[in-house]
Amino acid sequence: MQTLDALLRESPVFQDLDDAMLDVIAGCGSNVHFFPGETLFREGEQADVFYLVRHGVVALETFVPARGSTLIETIQGGDVIGWSWIVRPYRWHFDGRATAPVRATVFDGKCLRDKCEADPALGYAITQAFARVAVQRLQWTRRRLLDVYGDDGAR
Amino acid sequence: MSDSTSAVIEPGALESLVAALRDRGYRVVGPQVRDRAIVYDDLAGADDLPIGWGDAQGPGSYRLHRRADEARFGFAASPQSWKQFLFPPRVRLWSARREGNEIAFEDEEPPSRPLALIGVRGCDLRAIQVQDRVFLDGPQVDADYAGRRRGLFVVAVNCTEPAATCFCTSSGSGPEAWSGADLVLTELFEPEHELLVEARTQEGEDVLAELPRRSARFGERAAARKALRDAAERIERRVDLEGLPEVLAARVESPRWQSIAERCLACGNCTLVCPTCFCSAVEDTTDLAGGAAERSRRWASCFGLDHSYIHGGSVRASGAARYRQWLTHKFGTWEEQFGVQGCVGCGRCIAWCPVGIDVTEELDLLRREEEEVVHADA
Amino acid sequence: MTALAEPLPAVAELTPRPFRVAEVAQETADTWTLTLDPVSGEPLDVRPGQFTMLYAFGVGEVPISVSGCGYRLVQTIRAVGPVSRALCGTAPGRHVGVRGAYGNAWPVEAAVGGDLVIVAGGIGLAPLRGALMHAIEHRGHYREVVLLYGARTPLDLLYKNELRELAARDDLQVDVTVDVADLGWHGKVGVVPQLIEAAEFDPARATALVVGPEVMMRYTLEALSDRGVPDESVYVSLERNMQCGVGICGHCQLGPTLICRDGPVYSAAEAAPLMAVHEL
Repeated sequence: MQTLDALLRESPVFQDLDDAMLDVIAGCGSNVHFFPGETLFREGEQADVFYLVRHGVVALETFVPARGSTLIETIQGGDVIGWSWIVRPYRWHFDGRATAPVRATVFDGKCLRDKCEADPALGYAITQAFARVAVQRLQWTRRRLLDVYGDDGAR
Repeated sequence: MSDSTSAVIEPGALESLVAALRDRGYRVVGPQVRDRAIVYDDLAGADDLPIGWGDAQGPGSYRLHRRADEARFGFAASPQSWKQFLFPPRVRLWSARREGNEIAFEDEEPPSRPLALIGVRGCDLRAIQVQDRVFLDGPQVDADYAGRRRGLFVVAVNCTEPAATCFCTSSGSGPEAWSGADLVLTELFEPEHELLVEARTQEGEDVLAELPRRSARFGERAAARKALRDAAERIERRVDLEGLPEVLAARVESPRWQSIAERCLACGNCTLVCPTCFCSAVEDTTDLAGGAAERSRRWASCFGLDHSYIHGGSVRASGAARYRQWLTHKFGTWEEQFGVQGCVGCGRCIAWCPVGIDVTEELDLLRREEEEVVHADA
Repeated sequence: MTALAEPLPAVAELTPRPFRVAEVAQETADTWTLTLDPVSGEPLDVRPGQFTMLYAFGVGEVPISVSGCGYRLVQTIRAVGPVSRALCGTAPGRHVGVRGAYGNAWPVEAAVGGDLVIVAGGIGLAPLRGALMHAIEHRGHYREVVLLYGARTPLDLLYKNELRELAARDDLQVDVTVDVADLGWHGKVGVVPQLIEAAEFDPARATALVVGPEVMMRYTLEALSDRGVPDESVYVSLERNMQCGVGICGHCQLGPTLICRDGPVYSAAEAAPLMAVHEL
């Protein structure tokens, strides 16, 4: 079983953080698991945690009346879910649901926020790391909007 | 109680009761045996009553059996309720003709012949009052219901033999049938098979005066009271209605709904047999030539997928959501909408659920679940 | 049995009144605006926010929000099913059936003295048009009047000519966006809630009226709340299956409320908790 530190070191999200910073983050983490169908977080709820998914699949969904839960995107092993914990108003924007057995590490975002306030260097590094996650997700979402397979691209 | 307001009659005098009501222009309906159940239908005479029939009910179970006596009302809630007369399963609302560019609409008149109901139990009497709230007390009155309800004559029956599924004592609607009746019957078997009749309205008194009768003796009135007390004690099932709407609102995301859904067939039987369920759907039809059209209203059930259909899908697609809608409406939000509890404790939904889901059990579990949550948060 | 209270209070109008289609204007590929006049009797006094039950002979009836204000009955209908298609296909001069107007109205009086912010998505502009017209007619009653509107594509925008005229006025803020555009579109591309941040209004003195697909309304409520507009000052229009329109068929229930009787206009404080429950 890998230590939390080792896991964080391996994850591309935290690649620019030094060992001391990884230690701080690891200190706020604990292991969790979810059964298929279990909800990790709900739209509108307070976002005070983020997850590093080790194994399994988490679906980001939103509920549309008369259509049901609509799948937005899936997050797999090795990826991070949740950047709402680091930007105000600290609220989840979608529902997160395990669609396969999930083993993840949950990190206390509130605790980390406080640590970032106290240590600006740590704060900057973590914010940079999560900004990169957000930017990547945004760019891929924008590219998905092109709907390249629809009508041979014609409109 | 003076002599003009109570009397004792022999079972045979019920024939005179039916005749007296018919002579006054009422359409007389009452219980009869048909298809191995007690149903409500037009009464040709008192011999049509379920003489000597009794019932045994349990979750998902309803059986008639022959009694040792010739009781006229020796049974409890039947699969039908009186709502089929005041709020019929299908009613034409209006018809219309199209001539060229124009449409002419014509209202439908509700029937003018008043109804007399014989054999209404306390739970069903309360159910009529609940439906009165829905159809008569809102900002808009339903003309069809008002028309059928106008001049209603009720011969109620005090329950002395509740079924195992009954829980009228929890909603305060039985076993005594009192408020809203014109005449109240209590069937006594000792020392003779007779019925105590109590008049509650002037018209009830007038009808009673036409029947062959004798004065009630104190012993008989006392026996009737005792029979009612005994009946109340024999009721097995209970629902604690105190604060139930708040409990149900808090349990809206309970995992219990899913576990009920694993049993519930969404067949809608409960809504069909329930005496207060009032959902209806509208059906628009036209003739082949397209010149004549009409609209009918028919019974609908919140268990149907079409019930919440909008924008290409059903809002309540899952069985769990539909069961939750029914139970939380009946015992919770109904009170906020109409100012009165929606359930009268007749127990029909328990007997007629094919898989025997028991609302009293489910409500108790939900309440205990909520108490645990509150306890944990404290 | 207890006698009925006679004479009866208002009897529910379940039979439609014939109305003549005066005008039909096509808005988009699948949306038309009908102007309807009563064949006889008083015209309806409709308030923006309300709806009528419109009947197409022999086909059926649907709830449609009113798009005008005052005495002329103007209704914008999207042709998505047999009834709405039949209504949209009714030629001028022919009759349709009308019941109503039912429901409650946008609280345009409550907004007086402050900023009125109207946020509409897709056909959601139809129930808000009357409120906008009212605000323009009584322009002096409000400080800022803001219209934020979006649709899927430029072709799906309603009331295109009116929008152009409104955008040209200097006493109104009009901001329009589309989800998807082609190169001919020179306006904004994005979702409607994104327009809220840049709109000029004082959150503390604003009343917001929001209509669109329910998901869009959820996101808009979130964006308004982030901007500091209290939930009590934000209003939405909710929709469910409706059959009678008068509170006796049981279809339009959403938790404790009957949308035809207590709505369709609700404050976000009341509506948001109901909208948050799946399959309520």
